[in-house]
Parts: sequence; structure tokens; C-alpha cells
Amino acid sequence: MKPAAFDYVRAESLDEALDVLAAEGADATILAGGQTLVPMLNMRMARPRVVLDIMRLPGLDRIDIAEGAIRVGATVRQRALERQADLGKHQPLLAAALPWIGHAQTRNRGTVCGSVANADPSAELPLVLVALRGEIELRSRRGARRAAANAFFTGIMSTERKDDELIEAVSFPTAHAGAGYAFREIGRRHGDFAIVACAAVVDTHKARLAIGGVADRPILRELPLPGSADLTDALDAFAADLDARDDLHATAAYRRALVRRLGLQTLQEAAACRA
Amino acid sequence: MPRLMAASSHRVSFTLNGRVVSGEAEPRMLLSDFIRHVLGATGTHVGCEHGVCGACTVQIDGAPARSCLALAVQVEGADIRTVEGLAPAADRLSPLQNAFRDNYGLQCGFCTPGILMSLDALLDERPNVSEAEIREFLSGHLCRCTGYASIVKSALAAARQRREDRVYA
Ligand code: FES
Ligand code: FES
Repeated sequence: MKPAAFDYVRAESLDEALDVLAAEGADATILAGGQTLVPMLNMRMARPRVVLDIMRLPGLDRIDIAEGAIRVGATVRQRALERQADLGKHQPLLAAALPWIGHAQTRNRGTVCGSVANADPSAELPLVLVALRGEIELRSRRGARRAAANAFFTGIMSTERKDDELIEAVSFPTAHAGAGYAFREIGRRHGDFAIVACAAVVDTHKARLAIGGVADRPILRELPLPGSADLTDALDAFAADLDARDDLHATAAYRRALVRRLGLQTLQEAAACRA
Repeated sequence: MPRLMAASSHRVSFTLNGRVVSGEAEPRMLLSDFIRHVLGATGTHVGCEHGVCGACTVQIDGAPARSCLALAVQVEGADIRTVEGLAPAADRLSPLQNAFRDNYGLQCGFCTPGILMSLDALLDERPNVSEAEIREFLSGHLCRCTGYASIVKSALAAARQRREDRVYA
């Protein structure tokens, strides 16, 4: 339960950080809040040669709400976003999901972008980012680019971030007038990993539901509006397509049942709180 | 840009309970081990070492956090508080600690230092804290002895005491 040896680099500017990533490639791991990485180091599931600490990079600790998006910089802690004034007005789904991430004591350190970068299949922030069709801003020595959340997550703890890229920020679209949002989750204990997590967005003519904790990444699907006759069948099909597996925490059948029941409740709640 | 090499030890300094302290650490040394083994402050306990049990909780720049999920080299220059910083004097307990004694909030005491550091921050921030909020906060801690009821009772008693102290201060 102690990390294997590594070099520790404390970058003082974005340029320095990008240089290290360009030079070290896959041998370097980015350390931000450490709430996913340090347990993996402790259990030696991660054995990087270089740990690159980005928390002292200037200017990346900003939350900007403008032009229809909440842009969260690389070093913003989950707790800071949770405490952002009027977050629930700007994006109720984000405000509803944040308290479900780990515990207050881990949200005090963990970053928003770090959770997206690590891409745990049951993590809340990747799920919300997918449900809202958010974006990830990446930067490397080669330049900057934006990736759509839906294409960014590629599997268990894997994304299409290249080894030399740093997530500079993630953007969550703000709430649309007339749309309703809801988040629900089931876990064994409070603060545990989600067995199933649901994020729903419903407006006047369409509904979409994103599911975390079941497939190898968050999966988004357009569904009939709550109240329409064909929603049950569509949810059944969605649950079947997710390829749930048995594990220590739950059986595949239980997960499918949760997708149908909890998914329906989440969609209904979103429909009911349409602004 | 500092690069601390894996095989050597490096000087780490921060404020611990109001005093500047320093010691030598390899990059891979956890803050929990640094506090206990290098600085000798063994009030902070270590249970799981992967962020689940909360025994190692300390305050980093005022916010309760797992010291087993931070590297010592990461907190260079930070302000750290541990359970040793709660009591106002060697022979006096803080009101929060007293509430735990009065309400049987501990048995073996293994989980207690971490819980105290979480609750100290919570009560500071929310003087009118509710039982639900206390329970939510305690979800970040495991206690194998008390069944939690007496911990919740202790926390509520401490919150009440703090409010009264404030009125009469
Ligand atoms: S020892 Fe740190 S959370 Fe258990
Ligand atoms: S008092 Fe023994 S673990 Fe809590």
C-alpha cells in the first residue's frame, strides 16, 4: 500500500508542463487533486516513472460562466464548483450530481478535470458531461483542440487524450429554457462507486438519458418523452444493449432492472422540473 | 521547475498546527507517513491507505482531506492541522473533544482523530448544522465500534456548545 518510486515534477507554467509531457510521453502521469491517482499509486495499479504535479499552474483555477457554458479549468477542485454561486440555476444537473462524488473530504481535493481525465465508468462527472454533450479542451506542444464528450470516453479508465496532451478545461453547457434535468444514483453505501447512475435531460419534444456504472463508459441515448406509450420498450432495449456484467457489487440482471426503473424515475423527475 | 528524483530524499516544509516544520521525504512518501514517521505526530491514524476509511483525515488549508491520498511533496508550504492542534493546552480538551467524551463518541479511538478533524471544519463552517448534514459528513468515515449514533450525538452537542459559547463570548 505504498507507491513505487517515481520522479516528482512540480510544473510552474503551462509551457513547462507541456514540455514534460512531450518529453516523457506515456511514462508521465498527471497529478492534480490525486483522489483517483494516489489510490492507484498506493495499490501499485499505476507505476509511472514521472508524476507531473499541475496544481501550481497559474490561471487554470477559474470557473467561467459565459456564452452558454460553464468552463472549468484544470485545477478547479470539485468542492469549488459545488460552491459556485447559483450553480443550480446555471446547470441543475451538475449541481445535483456533484454531492454524489465520493465524500466531502475527497471533493475538497479532487478536481473536476481529473475525474474526466481518469474516466472511471461509474464516475459522475464524465456521465454529466456526456449527458449535456459537453466538451473537453486539450492542449499539447502540437496545439490545442476540443473533443466532444461523447467521443472522448473510449473504455474503462481510458479516453482519447494523447500522452502529450493536458486537459486544460472542460465545458458543461448551461441549462436551456424549457428543459428539465435530473440525476439519480444507487450505490451500496453513501459515497461508494455507483452501481447505476442516471442523468436525464428532457425538453418539450425530446428526452435523453445517460447511464453510468453499467457499460465501460457513460452511454447516452435519445428516448421517447416520459408519458409516451413506447418509453417502456425503449428503456428495456436500452438496458439490454448496455451489456451489463456481473461483478462483486451487483448482478447484470439487477443492473438492467435499475436502468429501467431508476432511468424511468430520473426521466420523470426531469420532465416534472422543466423550467 | 523543480524535479525531485525518485531515489533521493528532499526537504519538505509546511505549517503543522501553527508551527513551521520540515523533514526529508522521497517523492513517493504519503503525507500520512510523513506526519507520523518523519514528524512524529502519531495522532493521525492510518487505516486503509486508499481513501476509504477516513482515519487519516487532516485539514489541508482549512479543508478536511485524506492524508493518505496526498504526497508529502505536494503540500509544500501548505497549512496543515491535525488532531494534536485541537486542544487549547496539554491538559485541556477542546469543546468538540469534550463532547465526544461526554457522549461516548469513541470506544477504541482509532477513527476518532479523523472524525474530529472533519467535524471541526464542518462546525466552523455551519454553526447551525443539521443532523442530516452531520450524517452526510460522517459518511466519509468508518467506525467499527460505536455504531455512529453516539458520534452524531457528540457532534450535535458540540455544535450546540459552540453556538452558546458564541452568544456568551
Ligand atoms: S487511511 Fe486514509 S482514508 Fe483510510
Ligand atoms: S471508536 Fe473504534 S473505530 Fe471508531
